[in-house]
Amino acid sequence: MCGIAGLFLKNARLEPELGRLLSGMLTVLTDRGPDSAGFAIYGQGVAGQRKFTLRAKPGFDVQALAAGLGLVCVAHDDHAVVSFAAEREAEVRAALAQHAEITIVASGARMELFKGTGLPEDVAKRFGLAGMSGSHAIGHTRMATESAVTTEGAHPFSTGADQCLVHNGSLSNHNDVRRILIREGISFATQNDTEVAAGFLSHQLREGKKLDEALHNALDRLDGFYTFVVGTENGFGVLRDPVACKPAVMAETDDYVAFGSEYRALADLPGIEGAKLFEPEPGQVYFWERAA
Amino acid sequence: MSALQKTLLDAVIFDLAQEELRSLNAALQGLEDKTNRTEWNVLNPRGAHAIAVGVTATVSITIAGHAGYYCAGMNDGASITIQGNAGTGVAENMMSGLVHVKGDASQSAGATAHGGLLIIDGNAAARCGISMKGVDIVVKGNAGHMSAFMAQSGNLVICGDAGEALGDSLYEARLFVKGEVKSLGADCEVKEMSAEDKEILAGLLEQAGCSEKPEEFTRYGSARKLYHFHVDNAGAY
Repeated sequence: MCGIAGLFLKNARLEPELGRLLSGMLTVLTDRGPDSAGFAIYGQGVAGQRKFTLRAKPGFDVQALAAGLGLVCVAHDDHAVVSFAAEREAEVRAALAQHAEITIVASGARMELFKGTGLPEDVAKRFGLAGMSGSHAIGHTRMATESAVTTEGAHPFSTGADQCLVHNGSLSNHNDVRRILIREGISFATQNDTEVAAGFLSHQLREGKKLDEALHNALDRLDGFYTFVVGTENGFGVLRDPVACKPAVMAETDDYVAFGSEYRALADLPGIEGAKLFEPEPGQVYFWERAA
Repeated sequence: MSALQKTLLDAVIFDLAQEELRSLNAALQGLEDKTNRTEWNVLNPRGAHAIAVGVTATVSITIAGHAGYYCAGMNDGASITIQGNAGTGVAENMMSGLVHVKGDASQSAGATAHGGLLIIDGNAAARCGISMKGVDIVVKGNAGHMSAFMAQSGNLVICGDAGEALGDSLYEARLFVKGEVKSLGADCEVKEMSAEDKEILAGLLEQAGCSEKPEEFTRYGSARKLYHFHVDNAGAY
């Protein structure tokens, strides 16, 4: 099982509604994934600024640490988003690495990434998703099959700056691929299969491949059942395995492109009655992006 | 009958925004075959799963919108129209009756169905008619890969194109395709269109309201080489 929701806005007027709409989509997908949930949301960003989404162990004072480093810090439950001038990125990363209580979950100019265990509705509330705005977002509801129900095992997985991955399905050759990637210097925090897919994409991108090339290569290298949705700085991409084991429905209107594991997740979107609905073809890489 | 189920003229209007899906299915499954409540309109389906499953009365049911998984599953006699798209497994294991999808159907449409007629006005996704056992299926658009996989009996008509591995491991069943076939599955081959085939196809096209002519279609069927395991055919499995 597992559920995926994605929403890419074409009409900027809907941007303040993005979090609320995604929150509704994830709540509907509870039936497909009640264990944990997560989402990545792409806000406006500030020119010349970078941000990290951090996750801290209970009791650790992220605010104090951020203040000490001169970072702007916005807390969301056990996550916090810190922002700083782009040229400080390496320095901030090194400073944060001194604190074992903190994990850098995501980095980039626009992406913020939150995930945790519990019912999707509760997870969305904890992080205040309904109040967030942005141009696009992807989210996931998890029914764990391959590894434990933990925050680390929840999706999305970051694959690079402003990039993340969510997955519905299971990979059968993840141990094999993980071993190869570890030799290539990619590190893994869990035994999770999706983390391997994320690591595979990160490695491909590091080798200079474009994201669509990386996804095409995933078709050759990753064995198993999957529908992947990949968040990028300017939109999202969709890839289903060639056998099309896992469901996917897309809806497009003048205002947005939406992805749902099932149509039910799309049923509350504005103007859905008039949307062009279609099922993405298996083994084909799709992208919806706005001009950068 | 609850207050929310209003009888308007002869049609029962059942609003899924107001009432539980289970109540709808219980009401439909409880109908006697000679019921005078023969017209049902289901409002606000919103992609719910298992709408109008297991109906055994010869009633007409219209679903006003998109349906989720297994809509009209196990239908035995009802005429069910979906005024939108249908999710995975529409009319799965239908025994008799009619299921008409006005939009597209997702995977495994008409899977294992024994009888009746399934009409899909749009496209059907992968595995349409998988393991079909006597149903007639007319797809006005294209059908996805592995359609009629292990089909045993019945007729599958595709007015558009068929995806990869059409009729893979086919036992019997007649397949008619007007457009391109991306590839044939193991043990599926082109057959000559007999007079009987043509008559069956013409009848189905007429029932489905298609303007296509039987002459425009190619007939595919089983080469019957994989019925029993034979070591010489091992490479074909």
